[in-house]
Amino acid sequence: MNEITITNAQYYLGYQSTENEGIIATIDGVEMSVPIAEGNRHYDEIMRQVEAGTLTIQEAE
Amino acid sequence: MSTLKVNTIQDTTGNDALTIDSSGNVTASQGFVPSTQLSHRNLVINGAMQVAQRGTATSNGYTLDRWAFNSTGMDDFAFSITQNTSSGLSEFPNSLKFTTTTAESAVDANDRAYFDYRIEGQNLQNLGYGTSDAKTMTLSFWVKSSVTGTYASFIYQDDASPARSYLANWTIDTANTWEKKTITIAGDSGGNINNDNGPAFYLRWFLFAGSDWSGSSTPLHTWGSTVGRTEAPNQTAQVPLTNNSTWELTGVQLEVGSVATPFEHRSYGEELARCQRYYYKPGGDIETWRNWANSHGIGYIWFPVQMRIAPSVSNTANSYNVTSKTTHVFGYASTLTSGQAFGITADAEL
Repeated sequence: MNEITITNAQYYLGYQSTENEGIIATIDGVEMSVPIAEGNRHYDEIMRQVEAGTLTIQEAE
Repeated sequence: MSTLKVNTIQDTTGNDALTIDSSGNVTASQGFVPSTQLSHRNLVINGAMQVAQRGTATSNGYTLDRWAFNSTGMDDFAFSITQNTSSGLSEFPNSLKFTTTTAESAVDANDRAYFDYRIEGQNLQNLGYGTSDAKTMTLSFWVKSSVTGTYASFIYQDDASPARSYLANWTIDTANTWEKKTITIAGDSGGNINNDNGPAFYLRWFLFAGSDWSGSSTPLHTWGSTVGRTEAPNQTAQVPLTNNSTWELTGVQLEVGSVATPFEHRSYGEELARCQRYYYKPGGDIETWRNWANSHGIGYIWFPVQMRIAPSVSNTANSYNVTSKTTHVFGYASTLTSGQAFGITADAEL
C-alpha cells in the first residue's frame, strides 16, 4: 500500500553479540535502525524488496 | 409525523422516568441505558488534528500523527502538509492542510495522490465483520478545498483475502468553505478482521486520480473484493493540478451506528498518548547516554506508552547500534569516548 524508498541496507550486530540485531538503512532519505520484527512496516518492506530482487542487505561488519 | 407535548414520562408504577423542563432539558431519573456507547466512540485517533510530532511534510509518508500522505505516478508536483492552527472552524481550530507548491502538469492515467488513516485489527473487533452480525458504521469529517468537484473516498480492508473495499463519493460544493460530510457504511459480513496489531482498515481520501483509479464502473456504497475494482471512482477534483491549491481536513470520526454523533473531543494529553503508541519523538535531546568503560556510549530510553511493535529508530548521532523493543530502546556506540546528547524518533506506524 505504500511507496517506500530504501537504500544502503546493512545488518548490524547486537550489543556484545555475534547475532544480527537489526538492519540499518536509508528509508525515504532518513537513516533508520530497523528491528528484525515482522509487522514493523519498514522491516516488512525491506523483506518484500529483497524477495523482489530490488534490494540487497549487506552483511554486518 | 406527530408531536407529543409532555413534561414527564413515568414508568408503569408511577415513578418519573423522564422529565423535560421548560428549556427542553431532559433528565433520566432512573438511569439511562444507551444502545451505543457514550464514550470512546471515535475509532480515529487525532481526528481533530491536535497532534503533529513530525512538523511540516514535503514528501510521501506520515504527516500529522496517524495521517499518511502518498502519491504515485506523479512527476511534476511538489507540496507541503502542515498543521493549520487557525482553521476558522470554532469547534476545530486545528486542521491538516495540504498545499500544492508546484502544480502537476497533467493528469496521467496512473497518477494518484491521497491521505490514509490506518486502524489496527484488534481495535475493530466490535464491528463483528465477517459475521452475520456485522455492524453499520458512520464516517463523518469536515473538509475544505479551493478545488470544487467530486471526490472519492474508500475503505480498504486488508485482512480479507482477497482484500475488500467500500467506496463512496462526496463533493466540495463551494470553494474555500468548510463542509461537513457524512458517509454511512453497512457492515461487511464477508470479510473477517484479524484480532491482531496489524493494519485492517485503510481510510483513504483522494486528492488526485488518473483514469486507472477513477473509472466509474465500480459500484458505490457496497463492500466487495478489490479484484477488478478501482479505488477512486468518479473523482473529478484534481487538487495538485493547480498551483497554490489547498485541501484541508479535520473533525474525522468513525463510529458504530448509522448516525454521525457529535465529535468526541479528547484532551491533547490523551490524544498524544494514543499517538505515541505509533510514533514517539521526545520533546528534547536524550541526556541519558554516558561513557562506559571509556569505550562505549550506552543508554536506554523508555517509551511513555508501549508501542504497537518494536519501532524503527532514527537518531541524530547516526552512530549508535540500536536494540528496539515495544517498551524501550537500547543503544550503544563503541567509538565514543564521552557521553553524548542527541535526538531520536521511534516509528511503529502501521
